[in-house]
Amino acid sequence: MTELTDLTVAEIRDGFRAGDFSAREVAEGFNANVAAAKALNAFIVETPEKALEAADAADRAKAAGEALGALAGVPIGMKDLFCTQGVQTTAASHMLEGFVPTYESTVSGKLWAAGAGMLGKLNLDQFAMGSSNETSYYGNVISPWRRNDGGNAALAPGGSSGGSSSAISARLCPAATGTDTGGSIRQPAAFTGISGIKPTYGRCSRWGIVAFASSLDQAGPMARTVRDNAILLEVMSGFDPKDSTSLDLPVPQWEANLSSDLKGKTVGIPKEYRPDGLNAEISAMWDRGIEWLKDAGANVVEVSLPHTKYALPTYYIIAPAEASSNLARYDGVRYGQRDLPDGAGLQDMYAATRAAGFGPEVKRRIMIGTYVLSAGFYDAYYTQAQKVRALIARDFELAFEKCDLLLTPTAPSASFALGEKQADPLAMYLNDVFTVPASLAGLPAMAVPGGLDAAGLPIGLQIIGKALDEQTVLNASLAIEERAGFSARPDKWW
Amino acid sequence: MSIDLQTVKKIASLSRISVTDAEAEAMVPELNNILGWVEQLGEVDVTGVQPMTAVIPNHQRLRDDVVTDGNVRDKVLANAPQAEHGFFAVPKVIE
Repeated sequence: MTELTDLTVAEIRDGFRAGDFSAREVAEGFNANVAAAKALNAFIVETPEKALEAADAADRAKAAGEALGALAGVPIGMKDLFCTQGVQTTAASHMLEGFVPTYESTVSGKLWAAGAGMLGKLNLDQFAMGSSNETSYYGNVISPWRRNDGGNAALAPGGSSGGSSSAISARLCPAATGTDTGGSIRQPAAFTGISGIKPTYGRCSRWGIVAFASSLDQAGPMARTVRDNAILLEVMSGFDPKDSTSLDLPVPQWEANLSSDLKGKTVGIPKEYRPDGLNAEISAMWDRGIEWLKDAGANVVEVSLPHTKYALPTYYIIAPAEASSNLARYDGVRYGQRDLPDGAGLQDMYAATRAAGFGPEVKRRIMIGTYVLSAGFYDAYYTQAQKVRALIARDFELAFEKCDLLLTPTAPSASFALGEKQADPLAMYLNDVFTVPASLAGLPAMAVPGGLDAAGLPIGLQIIGKALDEQTVLNASLAIEERAGFSARPDKWW
Repeated sequence: MSIDLQTVKKIASLSRISVTDAEAEAMVPELNNILGWVEQLGEVDVTGVQPMTAVIPNHQRLRDDVVTDGNVRDKVLANAPQAEHGFFAVPKVIE
């Protein structure tokens, strides 16, 4: 018999409804996997009792013949950036250690209302700032994947949603939430051989998500299949009056409309995404992806996004600027840690609290943001970046006059060893080179696994769609998923 | 333009983050590296381009001016490092 913890979200949902197994059996299976995987450090807080509570409620509802939620019987992991009522929420920082929200984020609340259960709060890069999950105050998350060279080098699960990606690929949960500011869903998904979608900016409410860069932050699902992502995204999306940038639009039936038939669709291949020196295996995977989409019936054309090379520097002005503003709230007064040296006044308390509560990468970004927003430099840095951002968005608009979606690599390499890039912030930032442009333009984008590289590590492809056209993004991803037939999984060593 | 130790200390002070001299010195090359790299944006011709303020066209909503929240003082204070008599408590500001 198949292990229950090997099932997808759709299989758990349908099997539970068909009476093949109880929700409690599923929750117990995943709870056991979580408890046995401490070596991955994917969770900051485990909540097996929450998973069982939701499972028992689902079993009772089913026995009583009541209507079942879309995710009844499905336990999931929750990135520790979503405020969860009564359960510590830290954003992987020391600053918020011990913070127990008295309210529930909109997105997590929608998932629980749909019947999902919480296996725990997943580790991440501190305040979602990082691409390797090495900035968490609660320690590095380890990828379950290892190179096939016989070495035991601990590899990065990607970031910032590294706890989510590690846990899903290790079968600690069938799906999890992620958040994506510049690639934090897509790059970790690519590193661990799973899928994840960042929807159009405004689809998912940001209310109750610890803020990093508000004009970029978007929640989205991560799971092993495209269908599972569609199922979760339908539950997570929807208008929320508590988020002023929430889109007041109906939520499409993405799962019901899944179709890998791409006849009549035109795929754009942005030539600027193939710079000299692009990793040969990434480049070859991209070519394979082009063939797969042609096989699914799509036309393929080359397009140009001329401002692509400016996307990363634009991002590293705008995101730190917004972060410096958002993180000003951590002052040691209202929540979180306080550091009050003997005889300190209020200003000294602020500075001591923030020195002790933030990690080095968070401080670095706050200070960069403070500098680019400071008097005399605002126009040269911030206003200029906002103008270049407009040009980057216009590049996409012009490209979408010739095509319906874009196919690109997700990350410039497969996963790397922990510690390998930590010393050089700029080298780390380059991980997001293919994911940041779509974030700056607010477009839906999805990572889907394509295969393994020579070292036995997953590499993936990215589909970028027009604003609000998640359906085409999901459908093209499904076409790739069906043709890639990606079934590799990490050998259990943890 | 490059920033010096004094500038780093000034940014730290504006950011309300206390730094030791050694920390500030270590940040000088780090921040200069990053700022030197983002300065390439200066070469982009942005003549006539409006700065982007919203990625997806959306309009600001109005709602009726009614109370929709409140009476949750204890919840608001629940995570305060120090709360007294229904208030947040901070070090004395005025002698």
